[in-house]
Amino acid sequence: MSVLSGTVDARRRAEAHRPWLAVLHDWVVTVDHKRLGIMYVVTGIVFLIVAGLEASTMRLQLAFPALNLVPPETFNRLFTMHGTTMVFLVGIPIVFGFGNYLVPLMIGARDLAFPRLNAFGFWVLLFGGLLLHFSFIGGDGLYGAGSAPAVGWFAYAPLTSQAFTRGNATDYWNLALLVAGFGTIATAINLLTTILTMRGPGMTLGRMPVFVWEMLTISSLTLIILPPLSAAQIMLGLDRYLGAHFFDTQAGGSAVMWQHFFWFFGHPEVYILILPGFGFASEIIPVFSRKVLFGYVTLVAASVGIGLIAMGTWAHHMFVVGLGSALNTAFAASTMLVAVPTGIKIFNWLGTIYGGKIRFSTAMLFCCAFLFQFLCAGLTGIMLSVAPFDWQLSDSYFVVAHFHFVLIGGLIFTIFAAIYYWFPKATGRMLSERLGRWHFWLFVIGFNVTFLTMHIPGLLGMPRRIYTYAGDRGWETWNLIVSLGVPFQIAAILIFVVNIVMALRRGQPAGDDPWDAWTLEWATASPPPPYNFEVVPVVSSRRPLWDLKHPDDPDGPHE
Amino acid sequence: MTPSIFAPVSTPAFAIRDVAFFVLGITAVIFLVVAGVAVFALVRFRRRRGDDGREPPQVYGSQQIELAWTLVPLLIVVVLFLVTARYIYAIERRPQPPEALEVTIVGHQWWWEIRYPKLGIVTANEIHVPESDPANPTPTFITLESADVIHSFWIPQLAGKMDVIPNKTNRVWIDPQRTGTYVGQCAEYCGLQHAGMRLAVTVHTRDDFGRWAAEQQAHARDDVEAREGRELFSSLACINCHTVRGTTANGVFGPDLTHLMSRSTIGAGVAPNTPKTLRAWVADPASLKPGALMPAMKLSRDDLDKVTAYLSTLR
Repeated sequence: MSVLSGTVDARRRAEAHRPWLAVLHDWVVTVDHKRLGIMYVVTGIVFLIVAGLEASTMRLQLAFPALNLVPPETFNRLFTMHGTTMVFLVGIPIVFGFGNYLVPLMIGARDLAFPRLNAFGFWVLLFGGLLLHFSFIGGDGLYGAGSAPAVGWFAYAPLTSQAFTRGNATDYWNLALLVAGFGTIATAINLLTTILTMRGPGMTLGRMPVFVWEMLTISSLTLIILPPLSAAQIMLGLDRYLGAHFFDTQAGGSAVMWQHFFWFFGHPEVYILILPGFGFASEIIPVFSRKVLFGYVTLVAASVGIGLIAMGTWAHHMFVVGLGSALNTAFAASTMLVAVPTGIKIFNWLGTIYGGKIRFSTAMLFCCAFLFQFLCAGLTGIMLSVAPFDWQLSDSYFVVAHFHFVLIGGLIFTIFAAIYYWFPKATGRMLSERLGRWHFWLFVIGFNVTFLTMHIPGLLGMPRRIYTYAGDRGWETWNLIVSLGVPFQIAAILIFVVNIVMALRRGQPAGDDPWDAWTLEWATASPPPPYNFEVVPVVSSRRPLWDLKHPDDPDGPHE
Repeated sequence: MTPSIFAPVSTPAFAIRDVAFFVLGITAVIFLVVAGVAVFALVRFRRRRGDDGREPPQVYGSQQIELAWTLVPLLIVVVLFLVTARYIYAIERRPQPPEALEVTIVGHQWWWEIRYPKLGIVTANEIHVPESDPANPTPTFITLESADVIHSFWIPQLAGKMDVIPNKTNRVWIDPQRTGTYVGQCAEYCGLQHAGMRLAVTVHTRDDFGRWAAEQQAHARDDVEAREGRELFSSLACINCHTVRGTTANGVFGPDLTHLMSRSTIGAGVAPNTPKTLRAWVADPASLKPGALMPAMKLSRDDLDKVTAYLSTLR
């Protein structure tokens, strides 16, 4: 279909003979949205492996009661670094990386609106991540072996004050996230501007792929909720070094105020991560069901609705703070309301599958598992929204299980689906479906053994963030099962990495449109040339390539 | 001793169990319906062998169907919300009756100070309360304060958790209806030994509670045989942080030791309270609880024996 393939092959052959230093130089100085997108995603995967190893170490320590494999100070650092890394250095770079890569291709643009700002955003985020992890080896620390932060990923005041965390550990957390946050804000501005001003001919807002709508929603959300966190972090820095007392309870400051700042960011942040996951599912499920997305308008409205409601639900993280009955009731109501648009999405995906001809590629398998797991995550979310129930579940292992169902069962599963789906576009090579199936089944088994089981110790009264527990509380068996799921997940990730490396070396050539898909990115070469499209295509419906393949029955009249 | 939220013995925990079963019921039905439809669709509409390769009919949406699956969840949410609001107010807004027992709990890194302001009792980590007869309730109303960072008070069988926040006073109430000991532990990450900040509530019959209170109100014993240990104890830094009522020891940073041996554990539940573990604790608290804020006292073996012998008399 593409007239560009020949030139691309020639370009690739030329590339292969260039010295590695020149290639590296190209990547470092690039302002191309596709290269930056790939670098974001690779950064996220590397940090995913780091955070996964931290989690595995914690599960080893918790496999049996009263173990002494990991001392408490190390364990506390591990869960702090695991949570912080997963949210800020895995979730954010991967979703914004995909946004970077796909948005211009999907809307028919040649790049993002501000290519240099884009490069700035990536490098600043990477620097923040490296600064955070430098804490493992750098700094004098209190215990001699590095000074990784040990305040939990939401760093509640006043534990973060100089009085309770001496040394530099907390400063690594504070400064690294402040810096990484600036990068994320820059990228959000960039995506927002691009989507609003650089759509190709005919690409009206109402014809944009759902994934682009999700990126529009989360970019706007980021601009609203991330600056308050940055402000709070600056206030924390003032408290720690210039004698301010915002969160210093011993001088009249407020510990609860930090929680308001943090969760006003922290709760919408969950939607910033999961909405692009919905976007991946909304692109992939239709293609492998061979059907148009059921109810595009309601689906988009539901996404935007979730984004709006998301800003009014933060205090459900604070049901046990003692905010009073009126606030507890109000935030229970707003939280339950999220269930409605979320339900709409699940129903629309089912409506898409229904009556289709489903092809279970690896990408589709991950989306199917996502449907069931995200359903569980949503239903435990409803349980948590019932404030009195939350008084028991909050800060227990039930909550830990819940948000891992959201962020792994929901987000990471759709990210894997997205990688299997768009890898051919980004590299020109197919990933192995055989290895993909091994990856999928091992991961789905390991994930559910670990996290389905993890709900139970929470119901039995086990709080989160404890480095060990007594053997007489009835938690031992459940914790052992939770830990036994880990080796399956490690094996799955290893297979995934092997699959990528092998595909890059000698994967099957992908061609322009290996999945017989319908959105614009499949209309150009794989990988796309730096300018994306030789001629920017004119769009007249939500599925431009469907129109091209079915000139007798175009989408336009049905929309 | 599993602190399961489904084995309640006190009104707030009973109420939460009931609302939990209600929500679990609703979500179970939703799960079965949605997952059932999903399994059916995935199996029924899989691409079969010998497929003709033609695209299936394209269905773009349906206003009626989409409206239905917006309104039905909305109705469920309204019902859930009304139930939730009712339970929030029933639990949180319960007025304190005059016969209620008042207890103040102060969270410290990493132990619980327990005070009975009207009874003049100060103890640590183990709360004692009377049984409450539903026909003639004698609930316990607990005031929560923190001396340092945020902790969270959670005895799953008695009530939901409530954070213990510096500069903020929170309240929670329980009315345990069965004697026994119910365990819990700090539920908000509070630093190095968050895991070693356990607590227990022992529920007595009313008579037994009266006896326990009378014993706790007494001054410390002055056992002649432990005089030497007491002199030593008074001459050491112990008294800067610990109180033994009736002696010169009146420190307030650490747990009150007046009736130390009436407690079944030391180190906020990390070890049973026996002369052997007590000696190990005095020698070096970190050997039982790494990171505990009490320093190792660096006593000679002989002095250690004397101090332990004295502490063992504080029943």
